[in-house]
Amino acid sequence: MRVERKQLVLIGNGMAGVGTIEQILKLGGAYDITIFGSEPHPNYNRIMLSYVLEGSKSIEDIILNDRQWYADNNITLHTGTTVVKIDEEARQVIADNGLAVPYDKVIIATGSNSFILPVPGSTKEGVVGFRDIADCDAMLAAAKQYRTAAVIGGGLLGLEAAKGLVNLGMDVTVVHLLEDLMERQLDHTASSMLQAELTRQGVKFAMGKQTAELTGDERVNGLRFSDGSELQADFVVMAVGIKPNTQLAKDSGITVNRGIVVDDYLQTSMENVYSVGECTEHRGTCYGLVAPLFEQGMVLAKHLCGAATQPYEGSVVSTKLKISGVDVFSAGEFTDTPEHTVISAKDEWKRTYKKILLKNNVIVGAVLFGDVTESANLQKLVKQGTEMTDDIYSEVMGTGCCGGGNAKKGMSVEAMADEEIVCGCNGVTKKAIVDAVTENGFTTVDEIKACTGATRSCGGCKPVVEQILQFVLGDSFKESAKAGICGCTPLSRDEIVAEITAKGLRTTKEVMNVLEWKQPEGCSKCRPAVNYYLGMIYPDTHEDEKESRFVNERMSANIQKDGTFTVVPRMYGGVTTPEDLKRIADVSLKYDVKVVKVTGGQRLDLIGVKKEDVPKVWEELDMPSGYAYAKSLRTVKTCVGNQFCRFGTQDSMGVGAMLERKYERLDFPAKFKMAVNGCPRNCAESCTKDIGIVGNDGGWEVFIGGNGGIKPRIADAFCKVKTDEELVEVCSAVMQFYRETGNYLERTSEWVERMGLEQIQSVILNNEENRKELAARIDFALAQVSDPWKKMLKEEDTRSALFEKAQH
Amino acid sequence: MENTNHEYTIGTVQHFLPQIGRVVGCGPVELAVFKTSDGRIFAVENKNPHPKGGPLAEGIVSGHYLYDPLYDWKIDLRSGEVQAPDKGRVATFPVTVDGESVKVTLQGTLIQS
Repeated sequence: MRVERKQLVLIGNGMAGVGTIEQILKLGGAYDITIFGSEPHPNYNRIMLSYVLEGSKSIEDIILNDRQWYADNNITLHTGTTVVKIDEEARQVIADNGLAVPYDKVIIATGSNSFILPVPGSTKEGVVGFRDIADCDAMLAAAKQYRTAAVIGGGLLGLEAAKGLVNLGMDVTVVHLLEDLMERQLDHTASSMLQAELTRQGVKFAMGKQTAELTGDERVNGLRFSDGSELQADFVVMAVGIKPNTQLAKDSGITVNRGIVVDDYLQTSMENVYSVGECTEHRGTCYGLVAPLFEQGMVLAKHLCGAATQPYEGSVVSTKLKISGVDVFSAGEFTDTPEHTVISAKDEWKRTYKKILLKNNVIVGAVLFGDVTESANLQKLVKQGTEMTDDIYSEVMGTGCCGGGNAKKGMSVEAMADEEIVCGCNGVTKKAIVDAVTENGFTTVDEIKACTGATRSCGGCKPVVEQILQFVLGDSFKESAKAGICGCTPLSRDEIVAEITAKGLRTTKEVMNVLEWKQPEGCSKCRPAVNYYLGMIYPDTHEDEKESRFVNERMSANIQKDGTFTVVPRMYGGVTTPEDLKRIADVSLKYDVKVVKVTGGQRLDLIGVKKEDVPKVWEELDMPSGYAYAKSLRTVKTCVGNQFCRFGTQDSMGVGAMLERKYERLDFPAKFKMAVNGCPRNCAESCTKDIGIVGNDGGWEVFIGGNGGIKPRIADAFCKVKTDEELVEVCSAVMQFYRETGNYLERTSEWVERMGLEQIQSVILNNEENRKELAARIDFALAQVSDPWKKMLKEEDTRSALFEKAQH
Repeated sequence: MENTNHEYTIGTVQHFLPQIGRVVGCGPVELAVFKTSDGRIFAVENKNPHPKGGPLAEGIVSGHYLYDPLYDWKIDLRSGEVQAPDKGRVATFPVTVDGESVKVTLQGTLIQS
């Protein structure tokens, strides 16, 4: 006999509600489920909206449950429909379109709305909140049309919105009532460091300003503050806070305070009606962050499925700012008072800050800025109210030895409760990960990601997932930990290079065959790597494999997302001539180049060349390839130097051009950038280059391992030399040593850290014979290279296969 | 709407370089055509299944798999299925080799769309 299934209605199609439903489905709850959502979208990851605005993700990327998911789970979904009342007598919910659905249980998860300041002008056109996809779309549209924006509110959301708008090219000022940004999560020190960093990234600030009025006619054109001062703005984002969306509950006669009041099992004052997420008030607190939502959802799901559960007793909140390149974290208490014991470390040079607060020796809070590698760990320690010990101290303050630290980490994962959420973005518990590993025999984080979704969104939980994997696998983790260069082989880079040399292997096919690759022809990670290693080992005889190159290197041009290409000619040392500029202009006009962009490396990008036009553009430019597409020497940035500059002590332009001509075209493990400066004022920014050279009155100083990219690193002082000849020899030796020992795709910034500066110095500086041999080897390799554009223009077959489109 | 199949001759076997994609226009459809290392030829629509779109022809070919050139999704050239953890499908078209000449068949309905 078929058991009558109960009717469960979820009001609110967001992360909190749908997360609860997912848990109920996992627990096998016998419900027929109906979901109402007032937005026209399926459930998406609201906390990732900042990435959409920033441009690193699309709306599709952040959809958590597509419509197929609802269909697969027999869930009736009504999007674009708002529920207006829960009728307790008739036991049904009523929507704004008149639809009435009977229920046995109801979950309210209506979330929250942007709090719009009740000041005159707040309803003008051009004023939005930052809460949903519609707001995000409004901001993207505004950036195309308007130039100046004001973001009211210097909290998490406001700063993310501001950075997003700056990335979209707007002139953005953050208006904040107080003197400290994110004052609800950060202390004064971290807050000032954050403001300094964001200022560097182009965000402006008006601190200690209270907005009194939004000015303008139909559309907003500025802000007037309580002190009488004004700020011009064509677009205003209100990010002063959120307001639990409680209208429905109020209208239905449910007890509402700031949020919908619930007990420890998320039950509201109305029988059979529950509430989770931002609309909920539990023990006097409304949460606006994601982790508590999942914790509430978990308790509620179990309760509704009749499974045993601990009551919900509130959450310890932690925060991470989602702005690329600005790492901020806070958990628990963050402002020190006399009753706290404070551990803090501030490094103004590396721009990092770490503070841990203890109360009676128990860890009650932490703030991190700049380096957040310990965030997952600290979050756990705060949450569990762990007592500080010598071991934990050395682990989190980075003073202990690695062995002890690791053992300790394994222990803390073991102590973690099964229900604890590991991945806050996707609501994945420790148990879900452990089950995935044991049931499927997984050995990598990638496999766990594909199955459970953990680490898939922001990736912040990856260290914990790794620890859980290590904990579950125990000793067998060791084997898988000795991971190969990709999933195709268990061999490391060094083992592969050694085998190639020992066995005299000559092609990627041979390497993969002899070394028993799991996927016989490799993948997009190992094929280009092996092709590089072969070229490095056999510079004169290795026949470069076009089919093993990434698209950009194969085409000798940079592919853009629409399939057009960017062409970048050489401009040695960043110096050009009127004749060359004229030719670039003529060709750009003739081939309808979309944008001519001056690059950071002092040359010109011709962006948006149609694929079939690329070879013609090369031919008519008649200039050497700039290798902007390659893992090779990109540019040698120079300052004006002693040819013209009154401070110049060395000929930076001349030496820069000479070095660029000497080292161009050769393959490196990763892209390679240089700079030459005529004096210590360092106008060409040597500190962020793979090799940075700074002239002085008596010679040159060489810096290595700098990087200005994803993980900025200031270059290390390597040595000082007197003559240009010595300079060339040192550069040659460093480059060749990097070519011979670097992992494919490893920049020198990582390479220097891995090898150790002293080790590189001792190989190159303390051993003249070795240095000269390295230099001779790079000279031999350099003698084999030629311009790829000229070569491709001569090779009719390859050119037509790569660039032409035949129409049939 | 006519529901007939259209056959296009898109070149000779030699015309396609091993493991290097080639763009071919067939009526209204743009194809990316690949010759795998075992000599088989596959045709898929030159349209990246990633939500951001873009081409496919410039990807890296390994066996009968393609790694797309923009987002590194792994796609089975035989079925067009995107491999886990990503999801999606790209349209595939039957290819026949008649002596030296390579032919692709497009369904009538597709030509209309």
